Amino acid sequence: MQQLTVNDALGQALAEEMRRDPKVMMFGEGVATKRQELLNEFGAKRIRNTPLAEGIIAGAAVGAAAMGMRPVIDMLFAPFLTLAMDEIVNSAGKLRYISGGQFSFPLVAIAMTGTGWTVGAQHNHNLEAWFVHSPGLKVVMPSTAADYKGLLKSAIRDDNPVLFFVEMSLSYELGEVPEGEHIVPLGKATIRRAGTDVTLISYGKTVRACEAAASLLAEKGIFAEVIDLRSLKPLDEEAILTSARKTGRVVVVHEANRMCGVGAEVAAIVAEKAFVALRAPVLRITSPDVPAPSSYPLELAFTPQADTIAEAAASLFTAQMEEA
Amino acid sequence: MNETINRKASLAMLESMLLIRTYEEKAAAMQAAGQAAGTCTSIGQEASAVGVVSALSMDDLILTNHRSAGHLLARGADPARLYAEVLGKASGYCKGKSGSLHISVRELGVVLTSTIVGAELSLAAGVALALSMQESSAITACFFGDGAACEGSFHESLNLAAVWRLPILYVCENNQWQAFVHRRETMPMDRIANWAIEHGIETATVDGNDVEAVYRAAKAGIAHIRATGQPYFLETYTYRVRGHYEPDDQSYVDKNELAAWRTRDPIDQLQAKLQLSASEAQALRDRASARIEDAWNQAVGAPYPAISELTKDVYA
Ligand SMILES: Cc1ncc(C[n+]2csc(CCOP(=O)(O)OP(=O)(O)O)c2C)c(N)n1
Ligand SMILES: [Mg+2]
Repeated sequence: MQQLTVNDALGQALAEEMRRDPKVMMFGEGVATKRQELLNEFGAKRIRNTPLAEGIIAGAAVGAAAMGMRPVIDMLFAPFLTLAMDEIVNSAGKLRYISGGQFSFPLVAIAMTGTGWTVGAQHNHNLEAWFVHSPGLKVVMPSTAADYKGLLKSAIRDDNPVLFFVEMSLSYELGEVPEGEHIVPLGKATIRRAGTDVTLISYGKTVRACEAAASLLAEKGIFAEVIDLRSLKPLDEEAILTSARKTGRVVVVHEANRMCGVGAEVAAIVAEKAFVALRAPVLRITSPDVPAPSSYPLELAFTPQADTIAEAAASLFTAQMEEA
Repeated sequence: MNETINRKASLAMLESMLLIRTYEEKAAAMQAAGQAAGTCTSIGQEASAVGVVSALSMDDLILTNHRSAGHLLARGADPARLYAEVLGKASGYCKGKSGSLHISVRELGVVLTSTIVGAELSLAAGVALALSMQESSAITACFFGDGAACEGSFHESLNLAAVWRLPILYVCENNQWQAFVHRRETMPMDRIANWAIEHGIETATVDGNDVEAVYRAAKAGIAHIRATGQPYFLETYTYRVRGHYEPDDQSYVDKNELAAWRTRDPIDQLQAKLQLSASEAQALRDRASARIEDAWNQAVGAPYPAISELTKDVYA
């Protein structure tokens, strides 16, 4: 199998989709400079640098999408999405509905986020839940190179606006990517590690922390199942509930802060629909309610780590917890 | 107005530019050596920072952005505390929570530094509004790039400042680059001052690599603000000689353009103009190097913040 960095896997997905469909185009600040190979193959009409102006980048994508193009926009770092919120939330998310279904918005907005580069709070903000909370949008945040490729292809083909979050600390990490056409459907979670005793549910790079936690737990004889949500909207309720019913114990892990995060939704779904199967409370391991710090030790303390996850999961097996 | 600049003042500006250059070169070298995270250096743009900041009074306020080391050092920031911030140390100006990208130093009047490009333009309006409500005679200097001028907030800020008569010295550091995109690709004209003229604001575009010219133009702009109560727009036409941030191989940069600007180095030019002897020039460089080495060592030796800092400063 080919070994690709996440960044190259995304490049491959873009190239394949642009070859397949002449309506696909891409623009953003530095897109033509940084994706030179796409510029060479597809030309300056379809691969464009833009002025430094997120509002008009997103607005142009929304307008072009409604009129038959399939734009992919690179918004650089997730906090810059705030400058395009009106275009994404009020226009892309709502104009289909409020026009009675006259328009659709097949566009993808890519943005990097996550700890690991000590870039601080104005470049790193896990704000994916904001978009989950906005009707009309889909949200994706993969954890492996193969999924970055397969989900980007699906996102480009989807007829709805998709927010596509890239963990910056994974961008240059190598991973196996299947040769040939590789599609991962939106809205489908995957089991990264099968287990019977407790379910660790996550997305993005904290999936790795969950896998490491599962190894720590296995040493104690606790067999954890690790679920990678990959898509946050649509959310794969089926995968969540099947595992929760099997293990009866659920820990949701994400780097975004706790209150009203995706973990809250997962916990609520489990409480509403798998209550009788639960043998312990659903726990959430998240970052604290603070902007992401730059300082390395603070950034590390901010980020959910394997040992904390393992400890939390193990705590669900104490007698007290079983009673609770 | 044609302010004369005496030799002593020019030498002070030369020293300030040398300190900035040495600071930035060390930061870049330490990044390359794997000892520091990347920063956005202001190499080649020292004259813009030093010329403007030297023309301000200490009670004037400054807003800056991701490329702030020049503005901060020209204002008198301690390079040891700047490096400490870059390294995420507790003694950094923002306790290590900022890193290099958004260093505010309120005690020096450098306020609300944001790395959200264009934010400085929005915020400057409010800062200047507060100063004028409080009947202060201080002005607000707002540094931003040619890229920031592409954001909607640029026009929103200029328009509000013009109609509300806000005492803002807009300083557009037109360094020809917006990260990995040449300015030429983003706007149909060369001079951003043209946009300000349409907002009814007085402007000047100055050779941003001539520190004395920048100083004089800033003084004239400040005098205009004080005399009329209106904002003023100063464009310093310059060049980003290094990459957007470290590391950056600049493979996308036109070699001839870069070479041409290198011959117009602001430090070399002033040094030649002042006709310093080789030994005088060397002595200045040695002094800057000694200060920077000492600052770096202090920062490296400084402790990281306690983990309890993680959850502090979120709410007042
Ligand atoms: C709103 C926003 N968009 C994009 C970025 C990423 N970014 C940081 S600096 C920069 C270029 C800024 O260009 P300019 O304003 O000319 O300032 P310069 O870097 O040249 O000093 C970009 C695109 C950002 N920090 N904020
Ligand atoms: Mg610029």
